[in-house]
Amino acid sequence: MIHGDYSRHTGKILLAGLLSILLSGCSSLGVKPWERGTLARPEMALDSQPVASAMDDHIYFSKEASSGGRSFGGGGCGCN
Amino acid sequence: MAVAASGAAVVAVTDSSAVPRAACTPLRRSLGLATAALLAGGGASAGWLPDMQGWQTSAGLLLYSEVDRVRALEPVISARKALDTDEFLSLKLTVDTLTGASATGAVSSRLAQTFTRPSGNGRYQVGSDQTPLDDTFRDTRATINANWERPVARDLTLELGTALSREYDYRSLGVSAGLARDVNEGNTTVSGALSLGLDTGSPVGGEPIPFAAMQAAGSEQLRQGSGSDKQVVDVILGVTQIINRHSLFQVNYSFSNSDGYLTDPYKFISVVDPLTGDPVFDIAEQPDLPTIAYENRPDSRTKHSLYAHYKTAIDDKVLDGSYRFLVDDWGISSHTLDVRFRLPAERGSYWQPHLRWYQQSAADFYTPFYVGNDRPAAGDSARYGSADYRLGELTGLTVGLEYGRRKAGSGWSIAAEYYLQSGAEPAGKFGSLNEQTLFPDITVFMLRFIRDF
Repeated sequence: MIHGDYSRHTGKILLAGLLSILLSGCSSLGVKPWERGTLARPEMALDSQPVASAMDDHIYFSKEASSGGRSFGGGGCGCN
Repeated sequence: MAVAASGAAVVAVTDSSAVPRAACTPLRRSLGLATAALLAGGGASAGWLPDMQGWQTSAGLLLYSEVDRVRALEPVISARKALDTDEFLSLKLTVDTLTGASATGAVSSRLAQTFTRPSGNGRYQVGSDQTPLDDTFRDTRATINANWERPVARDLTLELGTALSREYDYRSLGVSAGLARDVNEGNTTVSGALSLGLDTGSPVGGEPIPFAAMQAAGSEQLRQGSGSDKQVVDVILGVTQIINRHSLFQVNYSFSNSDGYLTDPYKFISVVDPLTGDPVFDIAEQPDLPTIAYENRPDSRTKHSLYAHYKTAIDDKVLDGSYRFLVDDWGISSHTLDVRFRLPAERGSYWQPHLRWYQQSAADFYTPFYVGNDRPAAGDSARYGSADYRLGELTGLTVGLEYGRRKAGSGWSIAAEYYLQSGAEPAGKFGSLNEQTLFPDITVFMLRFIRDF
Protein backbone atom coordinates (compact mmCIF):
# COMPACT_ATOMS: atom_id res chain seq x y z
CA MET A 1 0.00 0.00 0.00
CA ILE A 2 1.23 3.49 -0.78
CA HIS A 3 0.48 6.56 1.30
CA GLY A 4 -0.89 4.35 4.07
CA ASP A 5 -0.43 7.00 6.77
CA TYR A 6 -2.18 9.62 4.66
CA SER A 7 -5.10 7.30 4.08
CA ARG A 8 -5.44 6.35 7.75
CA HIS A 9 -5.25 10.00 8.79
CA THR A 10 -7.96 11.04 6.35
CA GLY A 11 -10.15 8.17 7.47
CA LYS A 12 -9.92 9.29 11.09
CA ILE A 13 -10.91 12.84 10.12
CA LEU A 14 -13.93 11.60 8.17
CA LEU A 15 -14.98 9.29 10.99
CA ALA A 16 -14.60 12.08 13.54
CA GLY A 17 -16.79 14.29 11.35
CA LEU A 18 -19.50 11.66 11.21
CA LEU A 19 -19.39 11.04 14.96
CA SER A 20 -19.61 14.75 15.70
CA ILE A 21 -22.77 14.91 13.59
CA LEU A 22 -24.13 11.93 15.48
CA LEU A 23 -23.39 13.53 18.82
CA SER A 24 -24.50 17.03 17.90
CA GLY A 25 -28.02 16.38 18.98
CA CYS A 26 -30.13 14.85 16.26
CA SER A 27 -32.78 14.57 18.96
CA SER A 28 -33.53 18.27 18.64
CA LEU A 29 -34.67 17.64 15.07
CA GLY A 30 -37.65 15.67 13.87
CA VAL A 31 -41.41 15.64 13.78
CA LYS A 32 -44.30 13.76 15.33
CA PRO A 33 -45.72 10.72 13.52
CA TRP A 34 -48.81 12.61 12.38
CA GLU A 35 -46.67 15.30 10.74
CA ARG A 36 -45.12 13.03 8.15
CA GLY A 37 -47.57 13.18 5.26
CA THR A 38 -45.19 15.07 2.97
CA LEU A 39 -42.18 12.93 3.90
CA ALA A 40 -44.14 9.76 3.11
CA ARG A 41 -44.67 10.75 -0.52
CA PRO A 42 -42.85 8.25 -2.80
CA GLU A 43 -40.75 10.99 -4.41
CA MET A 44 -39.47 11.98 -0.95
CA ALA A 45 -37.76 8.60 -0.42
CA LEU A 46 -34.00 9.11 -0.39
CA ASP A 47 -33.63 6.62 -3.21
CA SER A 48 -36.94 7.14 -4.96
CA GLN A 49 -35.73 5.59 -8.25
CA PRO A 50 -33.52 2.61 -7.34
CA VAL A 51 -33.38 1.19 -10.88
CA ALA A 52 -32.20 4.54 -12.27
CA SER A 53 -29.72 4.99 -9.40
CA ALA A 54 -28.15 1.60 -10.09
CA MET A 55 -27.82 2.42 -13.79
CA ASP A 56 -26.12 5.72 -12.95
CA ASP A 57 -23.79 4.08 -10.43
CA HIS A 58 -22.64 1.58 -13.03
CA ILE A 59 -22.05 4.25 -15.69
CA TYR A 60 -19.95 6.45 -13.44
CA PHE A 61 -18.11 3.48 -11.93
CA SER A 62 -16.89 2.61 -15.41
CA LYS A 63 -16.01 6.19 -16.45
CA GLU A 64 -14.51 7.68 -13.28
CA ALA A 65 -12.09 6.64 -10.53
CA SER A 66 -14.64 7.05 -7.72
CA SER A 67 -17.66 4.96 -6.79
CA GLY A 68 -19.94 4.16 -3.87
CA GLY A 69 -20.81 6.53 -1.05
CA ARG A 70 -24.58 6.41 -1.33
CA SER A 71 -24.60 2.61 -1.23
CA PHE A 72 -22.48 -0.35 -2.35
CA GLY A 73 -23.75 0.29 -5.88
CA GLY A 74 -21.63 -0.09 -8.98
CA GLY A 75 -18.96 -2.57 -9.79
CA GLY A 76 -19.10 -6.23 -10.56
CA CYS A 77 -17.25 -5.72 -13.80
CA GLY A 78 -13.68 -5.47 -14.96
CA CYS A 79 -14.29 -2.03 -16.39
CA ASN A 80 -12.42 -0.15 -13.70
CA MET B 1 -17.73 -6.06 -7.04
CA ALA B 2 -21.41 -5.59 -6.84
CA VAL B 3 -23.79 -5.95 -4.00
CA ALA B 4 -27.28 -4.58 -4.14
CA ALA B 5 -27.90 -1.28 -2.46
CA SER B 6 -27.84 -1.97 1.21
CA GLY B 7 -30.28 -1.09 3.88
CA ALA B 8 -27.89 1.63 4.94
CA ALA B 9 -29.93 4.57 5.98
CA VAL B 10 -33.58 3.91 5.35
CA VAL B 11 -35.36 6.66 7.14
CA ALA B 12 -38.38 6.05 9.28
CA VAL B 13 -41.28 8.04 7.98
CA THR B 14 -44.97 7.55 8.56
CA ASP B 15 -47.88 8.62 6.42
CA SER B 16 -50.16 10.40 8.88
CA SER B 17 -53.23 9.70 6.81
CA ALA B 18 -52.86 5.92 7.15
CA VAL B 19 -51.61 5.41 10.69
CA PRO B 20 -53.14 6.30 14.04
CA ARG B 21 -51.63 9.20 15.89
CA ALA B 22 -50.05 7.11 18.63
CA ALA B 23 -48.29 4.79 16.22
CA CYS B 24 -44.72 5.34 15.10
CA THR B 25 -44.55 3.06 12.11
CA PRO B 26 -41.53 3.29 9.86
CA LEU B 27 -41.90 4.05 6.19
CA ARG B 28 -40.91 0.48 5.40
CA ARG B 29 -44.13 -0.76 6.96
CA SER B 30 -46.32 1.96 5.45
CA LEU B 31 -45.16 1.21 1.95
CA GLY B 32 -45.35 -2.52 2.50
CA LEU B 33 -49.01 -2.33 3.55
CA ALA B 34 -49.82 0.04 0.74
CA THR B 35 -48.19 -2.26 -1.79
CA ALA B 36 -49.95 -5.32 -0.48
CA ALA B 37 -53.32 -3.57 -0.60
CA LEU B 38 -52.66 -2.34 -4.10
CA LEU B 39 -51.62 -5.66 -5.49
CA ALA B 40 -54.26 -7.70 -3.69
CA GLY B 41 -56.84 -6.18 -6.00
CA GLY B 42 -54.88 -7.02 -9.13
CA GLY B 43 -56.57 -8.99 -11.86
CA ALA B 44 -55.71 -12.55 -12.76
CA SER B 45 -52.62 -12.79 -14.94
CA ALA B 46 -52.57 -14.58 -18.28
CA GLY B 47 -51.86 -18.29 -18.00
CA TRP B 48 -48.60 -18.13 -19.91
CA LEU B 49 -47.17 -15.46 -17.61
CA PRO B 50 -45.48 -16.28 -14.30
CA ASP B 51 -47.69 -15.48 -11.34
CA MET B 52 -46.37 -12.09 -10.26
CA GLN B 53 -49.26 -11.30 -7.93
CA GLY B 54 -47.88 -9.65 -4.85
CA TRP B 55 -44.75 -8.44 -6.62
CA GLN B 56 -44.00 -4.79 -7.24
CA THR B 57 -42.06 -4.75 -10.46
CA SER B 58 -39.89 -2.25 -12.33
CA ALA B 59 -38.49 -2.69 -15.82
CA GLY B 60 -35.88 -0.37 -17.24
CA LEU B 61 -33.87 0.12 -20.39
CA LEU B 62 -30.74 2.23 -20.74
CA LEU B 63 -29.29 3.27 -24.09
CA TYR B 64 -25.75 4.57 -23.70
CA SER B 65 -23.67 5.98 -26.51
CA GLU B 66 -20.21 7.56 -26.44
CA VAL B 67 -19.36 9.54 -29.56
CA ASP B 68 -16.96 7.31 -31.61
CA ARG B 69 -16.47 4.87 -28.70
CA VAL B 70 -18.54 2.52 -26.57
CA ARG B 71 -22.25 1.87 -27.02
CA ALA B 72 -24.25 -0.06 -24.46
CA LEU B 73 -27.75 -1.41 -24.07
CA GLU B 74 -28.83 -2.29 -20.54
CA PRO B 75 -32.22 -3.86 -19.80
CA VAL B 76 -33.12 -4.28 -16.11
CA ILE B 77 -36.00 -6.08 -14.42
CA SER B 78 -36.49 -5.70 -10.71
CA ALA B 79 -39.18 -7.16 -8.45
CA ARG B 80 -39.99 -6.75 -4.77
CA LYS B 81 -42.46 -8.74 -2.70
CA ALA B 82 -43.75 -8.21 0.81
CA LEU B 83 -43.37 -11.61 2.49
CA ASP B 84 -44.77 -10.42 5.77
CA THR B 85 -45.18 -7.22 7.72
CA ASP B 86 -41.92 -5.32 7.19
CA GLU B 87 -40.33 -8.34 5.49
CA PHE B 88 -39.35 -8.01 1.84
CA LEU B 89 -37.62 -10.01 -0.84
CA SER B 90 -36.09 -8.14 -3.79
CA LEU B 91 -34.71 -9.68 -6.96
CA LYS B 92 -33.07 -7.93 -9.88
CA LEU B 93 -31.65 -9.02 -13.21
CA THR B 94 -29.42 -6.68 -15.22
CA VAL B 95 -27.90 -7.37 -18.62
CA ASP B 96 -25.33 -5.09 -20.28
CA THR B 97 -24.39 -5.45 -23.92
CA LEU B 98 -21.38 -3.40 -24.93
CA THR B 99 -19.87 -2.81 -28.35
CA GLY B 100 -17.52 -0.25 -29.85
CA ALA B 101 -14.03 1.06 -29.26
CA SER B 102 -12.15 1.56 -26.02
CA ALA B 103 -9.10 3.77 -25.36
CA THR B 104 -5.91 1.75 -24.87
CA GLY B 105 -3.85 4.42 -23.12
CA ALA B 106 -1.42 4.90 -26.05
CA VAL B 107 -0.79 8.45 -27.29
CA SER B 108 -2.03 9.75 -30.61
CA SER B 109 0.75 10.62 -33.04
CA ARG B 110 1.43 12.31 -36.37
CA LEU B 111 2.60 8.82 -37.40
CA ALA B 112 0.26 5.91 -38.10
CA GLN B 113 0.49 3.08 -35.56
CA THR B 114 -0.47 -0.60 -35.71
CA PHE B 115 -1.25 -2.55 -32.53
CA THR B 116 -1.72 -6.22 -31.78
CA ARG B 117 -5.10 -7.32 -30.49
CA PRO B 118 -5.23 -8.60 -26.87
CA SER B 119 -5.59 -12.17 -28.09
CA GLY B 120 -2.21 -11.87 -29.81
CA ASN B 121 -3.90 -12.76 -33.08
CA GLY B 122 -4.70 -9.97 -35.50
CA ARG B 123 -3.90 -6.30 -35.48
CA TYR B 124 -5.64 -2.94 -35.79
CA GLN B 125 -4.38 0.26 -37.34
CA VAL B 126 -4.64 3.76 -35.93
CA GLY B 127 -4.24 6.61 -38.39
CA SER B 128 -2.16 9.72 -37.81
CA ASP B 129 -3.53 12.22 -35.25
CA GLN B 130 -6.09 9.71 -33.97
CA THR B 131 -6.53 8.47 -30.41
CA PRO B 132 -5.63 4.76 -30.30
CA LEU B 133 -8.82 2.80 -29.65
CA ASP B 134 -9.17 -0.95 -29.61
CA ASP B 135 -12.19 -1.36 -31.87
CA THR B 136 -12.98 -4.93 -30.88
CA PHE B 137 -14.52 -4.06 -27.55
CA ARG B 138 -17.52 -6.35 -27.14
CA ASP B 139 -18.96 -7.91 -24.03
CA THR B 140 -22.20 -8.99 -22.41
CA ARG B 141 -22.62 -8.94 -18.66
CA ALA B 142 -25.43 -10.45 -16.65
CA THR B 143 -25.98 -9.63 -12.98
CA ILE B 144 -28.42 -11.12 -10.51
CA ASN B 145 -29.10 -9.39 -7.20
CA ALA B 146 -31.15 -10.77 -4.34
CA ASN B 147 -31.97 -8.92 -1.13
CA TRP B 148 -33.92 -10.01 1.90
CA GLU B 149 -35.02 -7.49 4.50
CA ARG B 150 -36.79 -8.25 7.79
CA PRO B 151 -37.16 -6.86 11.30
CA VAL B 152 -35.15 -8.76 13.92
CA ALA B 153 -36.14 -6.74 16.98
CA ARG B 154 -38.17 -3.67 17.80
CA ASP B 155 -36.99 -0.84 15.51
CA LEU B 156 -34.15 -2.99 14.20
CA THR B 157 -34.05 -4.23 10.60
CA LEU B 158 -31.67 -6.73 9.07
CA GLU B 159 -30.89 -6.79 5.38
CA LEU B 160 -28.98 -9.57 3.65
CA GLY B 161 -27.93 -9.40 0.02
CA THR B 162 -26.06 -11.28 -2.61
CA ALA B 163 -24.97 -10.43 -6.13
CA LEU B 164 -23.58 -12.57 -8.88
CA SER B 165 -22.29 -11.17 -12.12
CA ARG B 166 -20.78 -12.84 -15.13
CA GLU B 167 -19.23 -11.56 -18.32
CA TYR B 168 -16.91 -13.03 -20.89
CA ASP B 169 -13.67 -12.26 -19.05
CA TYR B 170 -14.85 -11.46 -15.53
CA ARG B 171 -16.88 -12.96 -12.71
CA SER B 172 -17.97 -11.38 -9.46
CA LEU B 173 -19.63 -12.73 -6.34
CA GLY B 174 -20.69 -10.51 -3.48
CA VAL B 175 -22.53 -10.88 -0.18
CA SER B 176 -23.67 -8.14 2.16
CA ALA B 177 -25.32 -7.70 5.54
CA GLY B 178 -26.68 -4.55 7.08
CA LEU B 179 -28.52 -3.43 10.21
CA ALA B 180 -30.67 -0.32 10.52
CA ARG B 181 -32.05 0.95 13.82
CA ASP B 182 -34.78 3.53 14.19
CA VAL B 183 -34.39 5.80 17.22
CA ASN B 184 -35.73 9.13 18.41
CA GLU B 185 -39.38 8.25 17.68
CA GLY B 186 -38.44 7.12 14.20
CA ASN B 187 -36.89 10.47 13.31
CA THR B 188 -33.37 9.06 13.18
CA THR B 189 -32.12 5.88 11.54
CA VAL B 190 -28.62 4.67 12.30
CA SER B 191 -27.28 1.99 10.01
CA GLY B 192 -24.22 -0.06 9.27
CA ALA B 193 -23.53 -2.50 6.47
CA LEU B 194 -20.71 -4.77 5.40
CA SER B 195 -20.09 -6.18 1.95
CA LEU B 196 -17.57 -8.77 0.81
CA GLY B 197 -16.77 -9.37 -2.83
CA LEU B 198 -14.66 -11.82 -4.75
CA ASP B 199 -13.91 -11.01 -8.38
CA THR B 200 -12.12 -13.28 -10.83
CA GLY B 201 -10.77 -12.05 -14.13
CA SER B 202 -9.68 -14.14 -17.08
CA PRO B 203 -8.59 -11.55 -19.65
CA VAL B 204 -8.34 -12.39 -23.32
CA GLY B 205 -4.75 -13.48 -23.95
CA GLY B 206 -3.89 -13.53 -20.22
CA GLU B 207 -2.37 -10.89 -17.92
CA PRO B 208 0.60 -9.12 -19.49
CA ILE B 209 3.95 -8.92 -17.70
CA PRO B 210 4.12 -5.40 -16.19
CA PHE B 211 5.84 -2.93 -18.54
CA ALA B 212 6.54 -5.63 -21.12
CA ALA B 213 6.32 -4.57 -24.77
CA MET B 214 3.59 -5.65 -27.15
CA GLN B 215 4.78 -8.25 -29.60
CA ALA B 216 3.91 -8.57 -33.28
CA ALA B 217 0.64 -10.30 -34.13
CA GLY B 218 1.10 -14.03 -34.32
CA SER B 219 4.18 -13.96 -32.09
CA GLU B 220 4.10 -15.14 -28.52
CA GLN B 221 2.99 -12.29 -26.21
CA LEU B 222 4.75 -11.69 -22.89
CA ARG B 223 2.20 -12.87 -20.30
CA GLN B 224 2.51 -13.69 -16.61
CA GLY B 225 -0.68 -15.69 -16.16
CA SER B 226 -4.23 -16.28 -17.26
CA GLY B 227 -6.44 -15.75 -14.22
CA SER B 228 -6.49 -13.16 -11.46
CA ASP B 229 -8.46 -12.50 -8.30
CA LYS B 230 -9.55 -9.43 -6.42
CA GLN B 231 -11.13 -9.27 -2.95
CA VAL B 232 -13.18 -6.24 -1.94
CA VAL B 233 -14.40 -5.25 1.53
CA ASP B 234 -16.85 -2.37 1.88
CA VAL B 235 -18.29 -0.85 5.04
CA ILE B 236 -20.93 1.87 5.18
CA LEU B 237 -21.99 3.66 8.36
CA GLY B 238 -24.87 6.04 8.01
CA VAL B 239 -27.30 8.32 9.77
CA THR B 240 -30.58 9.50 8.31
CA GLN B 241 -32.39 12.30 10.06
CA ILE B 242 -35.76 13.95 9.60
CA ILE B 243 -35.30 17.69 9.99
CA ASN B 244 -38.90 18.89 9.81
CA ARG B 245 -42.19 18.15 8.02
CA HIS B 246 -40.61 18.77 4.64
CA SER B 247 -36.91 17.92 4.88
CA LEU B 248 -34.54 15.14 5.72
CA PHE B 249 -30.84 14.41 5.30
CA GLN B 250 -28.49 11.46 5.23
CA VAL B 251 -24.78 11.25 5.98
CA ASN B 252 -22.73 8.14 5.14
CA TYR B 253 -19.12 7.28 5.78
CA SER B 254 -17.80 4.54 3.50
CA PHE B 255 -14.64 2.50 3.66
CA SER B 256 -13.55 0.29 0.81
CA ASN B 257 -10.51 -1.91 0.45
CA SER B 258 -9.56 -3.86 -2.65
CA ASP B 259 -6.77 -6.41 -2.69
CA GLY B 260 -5.49 -8.41 -5.61
CA TYR B 261 -5.07 -7.80 -9.32
CA LEU B 262 -6.22 -4.20 -9.85
CA THR B 263 -4.37 -3.63 -13.12
CA ASP B 264 -6.31 -3.29 -16.36
CA PRO B 265 -4.75 -6.00 -18.57
CA TYR B 266 -5.85 -4.25 -21.78
CA LYS B 267 -4.22 -0.86 -21.05
CA PHE B 268 -0.70 0.21 -21.93
CA ILE B 269 1.59 3.23 -22.03
CA SER B 270 3.39 4.65 -25.06
CA VAL B 271 7.17 5.06 -25.08
CA VAL B 272 8.15 8.21 -26.97
CA ASP B 273 11.44 9.41 -28.44
CA PRO B 274 13.14 11.94 -26.09
CA LEU B 275 14.03 14.22 -29.01
CA THR B 276 11.02 14.16 -31.33
CA GLY B 277 8.16 13.12 -29.06
CA ASP B 278 7.11 10.51 -31.63
CA PRO B 279 6.36 6.93 -30.54
CA VAL B 280 9.41 4.68 -30.64
CA PHE B 281 9.32 2.04 -33.38
CA ASP B 282 12.11 -0.44 -32.72
CA ILE B 283 10.50 -3.84 -33.24
CA ALA B 284 12.26 -5.24 -36.28
CA GLU B 285 9.67 -7.95 -36.85
CA GLN B 286 6.92 -5.38 -37.37
CA PRO B 287 8.22 -1.83 -38.02
CA ASP B 288 4.81 -0.15 -37.69
CA LEU B 289 4.24 -1.59 -34.17
CA PRO B 290 5.20 1.07 -31.60
CA THR B 291 7.04 0.13 -28.44
CA ILE B 292 4.67 0.27 -25.48
CA ALA B 293 4.75 -0.80 -21.83
CA TYR B 294 1.80 -2.69 -20.35
CA GLU B 295 0.52 -0.86 -17.27
CA ASN B 296 0.93 -1.96 -13.65
CA ARG B 297 -1.12 -0.76 -10.66
CA PRO B 298 -0.64 -1.39 -6.93
CA ASP B 299 -2.26 -4.60 -5.69
CA SER B 300 -4.16 -2.78 -2.97
CA ARG B 301 -6.43 0.25 -2.85
CA THR B 302 -8.17 1.82 0.14
CA LYS B 303 -10.88 4.43 -0.31
CA HIS B 304 -12.72 6.60 2.19
CA SER B 305 -15.74 8.67 1.32
CA LEU B 306 -18.16 10.98 3.02
CA TYR B 307 -21.57 11.34 1.40
CA ALA B 308 -24.23 13.86 2.35
CA HIS B 309 -27.74 13.87 0.88
CA TYR B 310 -30.46 16.43 1.49
CA LYS B 311 -34.02 16.30 0.30
CA THR B 312 -36.73 18.86 0.79
CA ALA B 313 -40.26 19.45 -0.45
CA ILE B 314 -41.03 23.01 -1.46
CA ASP B 315 -44.83 22.99 -1.78
CA ASP B 316 -45.36 20.24 -4.37
CA LYS B 317 -41.83 20.45 -5.79
CA VAL B 318 -38.92 18.36 -4.52
CA LEU B 319 -35.29 19.47 -4.33
CA ASP B 320 -32.75 16.67 -4.05
CA GLY B 321 -29.06 17.46 -3.56
CA SER B 322 -26.07 15.33 -2.66
CA TYR B 323 -22.33 15.74 -2.28
CA ARG B 324 -19.60 13.11 -2.01
CA PHE B 325 -15.97 13.58 -1.08
CA LEU B 326 -13.73 10.62 -1.76
CA VAL B 327 -10.05 10.08 -1.10
CA ASP B 328 -7.88 7.01 -1.64
CA ASP B 329 -4.30 5.86 -1.15
CA TRP B 330 -3.58 6.04 -4.88
CA GLY B 331 -3.54 9.83 -4.52
CA ILE B 332 -6.97 10.34 -6.02
CA SER B 333 -9.43 12.68 -4.39
CA SER B 334 -12.77 13.60 -5.90
CA HIS B 335 -15.80 15.81 -5.41
CA THR B 336 -19.26 14.93 -6.74
CA LEU B 337 -22.21 17.29 -6.62
CA ASP B 338 -25.64 16.13 -7.78
CA VAL B 339 -28.83 18.21 -7.88
CA ARG B 340 -32.32 17.26 -9.09
CA PHE B 341 -35.44 19.38 -8.98
CA ARG B 342 -38.80 17.72 -9.47
CA LEU B 343 -41.53 19.95 -10.82
CA PRO B 344 -45.10 18.63 -10.92
CA ALA B 345 -47.07 19.01 -14.12
CA GLU B 346 -50.59 18.06 -15.17
CA ARG B 347 -52.34 14.77 -14.30
CA GLY B 348 -49.71 13.29 -12.01
CA SER B 349 -46.82 13.91 -14.37
CA TYR B 350 -43.60 15.74 -13.58
CA TRP B 351 -40.46 17.24 -15.07
CA GLN B 352 -37.11 16.75 -13.36
CA PRO B 353 -33.98 18.62 -14.49
CA HIS B 354 -30.70 17.07 -13.31
CA LEU B 355 -27.22 18.49 -12.94
CA ARG B 356 -24.14 16.56 -11.84
CA TRP B 357 -20.61 17.84 -11.51
CA TYR B 358 -17.61 15.62 -10.84
CA GLN B 359 -13.95 16.45 -10.44
CA GLN B 360 -11.03 14.16 -9.61
CA SER B 361 -7.28 14.53 -9.19
CA ALA B 362 -4.87 12.13 -10.87
CA ALA B 363 -3.49 8.96 -9.30
CA ASP B 364 0.14 9.30 -8.20
CA PHE B 365 1.23 6.76 -10.79
CA TYR B 366 -0.77 8.22 -13.69
CA THR B 367 1.74 8.29 -16.57
CA PRO B 368 0.44 9.45 -19.96
CA PHE B 369 3.68 8.33 -21.69
CA TYR B 370 7.22 7.26 -20.96
CA VAL B 371 10.13 9.20 -22.45
CA GLY B 372 12.82 6.89 -23.83
CA ASN B 373 14.59 4.97 -21.10
CA ASP B 374 12.24 6.18 -18.32
CA ARG B 375 10.17 3.11 -18.99
CA PRO B 376 10.56 0.58 -16.14
CA ALA B 377 12.11 -2.78 -16.96
CA ALA B 378 9.68 -5.51 -18.00
CA GLY B 379 8.58 -7.47 -14.94
CA ASP B 380 9.41 -4.70 -12.44
CA SER B 381 6.24 -5.14 -10.38
CA ALA B 382 7.51 -2.79 -7.66
CA ARG B 383 6.90 0.19 -9.93
CA TYR B 384 3.52 1.48 -10.97
CA GLY B 385 2.30 3.25 -14.05
CA SER B 386 -0.96 3.64 -15.98
CA ALA B 387 -2.08 5.86 -18.84
CA ASP B 388 -5.76 5.02 -18.26
CA TYR B 389 -7.46 8.42 -18.65
CA ARG B 390 -9.87 7.44 -15.85
CA LEU B 391 -6.95 7.73 -13.42
CA GLY B 392 -6.00 11.18 -14.73
CA GLU B 393 -7.18 14.60 -13.62
CA LEU B 394 -10.61 15.09 -15.10
CA THR B 395 -13.95 16.83 -14.79
CA GLY B 396 -17.34 15.38 -15.68
CA LEU B 397 -20.52 17.33 -16.26
CA THR B 398 -23.95 15.74 -16.64
CA VAL B 399 -27.04 17.64 -17.73
CA GLY B 400 -30.31 15.76 -17.91
CA LEU B 401 -34.05 16.08 -18.06
CA GLU B 402 -36.61 13.49 -16.97
CA TYR B 403 -40.32 13.37 -17.65
CA GLY B 404 -42.54 10.91 -15.84
CA ARG B 405 -46.01 10.06 -14.76
CA ARG B 406 -47.07 8.27 -11.59
CA LYS B 407 -50.48 7.05 -10.52
CA ALA B 408 -51.33 4.84 -7.56
CA GLY B 409 -48.10 2.87 -7.36
CA SER B 410 -47.53 2.47 -11.08
CA GLY B 411 -45.94 4.85 -13.52
CA TRP B 412 -43.23 5.43 -16.05
CA SER B 413 -40.40 7.85 -16.71
CA ILE B 414 -38.11 8.73 -19.55
CA ALA B 415 -34.85 10.62 -19.11
CA ALA B 416 -32.30 12.02 -21.53
CA GLU B 417 -28.84 12.83 -20.23
CA TYR B 418 -25.71 14.36 -21.71
CA TYR B 419 -22.31 13.70 -20.12
CA LEU B 420 -19.12 15.54 -21.02
CA GLN B 421 -15.80 14.36 -19.61
CA SER B 422 -12.84 16.71 -20.00
CA GLY B 423 -9.33 15.84 -18.91
CA ALA B 424 -6.24 17.88 -18.20
CA GLU B 425 -3.59 17.67 -20.92
CA PRO B 426 -0.29 16.31 -19.52
CA ALA B 427 2.14 19.02 -18.47
CA GLY B 428 5.18 17.24 -19.90
CA LYS B 429 4.25 17.31 -23.59
CA PHE B 430 7.10 18.17 -25.91
CA GLY B 431 8.14 17.93 -29.56
CA SER B 432 5.47 16.50 -31.82
CA LEU B 433 3.30 15.66 -28.79
CA ASN B 434 2.53 19.37 -28.52
CA GLU B 435 0.45 19.03 -31.68
CA GLN B 436 -1.57 16.14 -30.24
CA THR B 437 -4.58 16.12 -27.94
CA LEU B 438 -3.72 13.34 -25.50
CA PHE B 439 -6.87 13.68 -23.42
CA PRO B 440 -9.72 14.35 -25.84
CA ASP B 441 -13.16 15.17 -24.46
CA ILE B 442 -15.55 12.25 -24.19
CA THR B 443 -19.17 12.96 -25.01
CA VAL B 444 -21.93 10.56 -23.95
CA PHE B 445 -25.65 10.54 -24.69
CA MET B 446 -27.95 8.44 -22.51
CA LEU B 447 -31.62 7.62 -22.79
CA ARG B 448 -33.32 5.82 -19.91
CA PHE B 449 -36.83 4.42 -19.76
CA ILE B 450 -38.36 2.93 -16.61
CA ARG B 451 -41.79 1.41 -16.11
CA ASP B 452 -43.17 0.54 -12.67
CA PHE B 453 -46.12 -1.83 -12.46
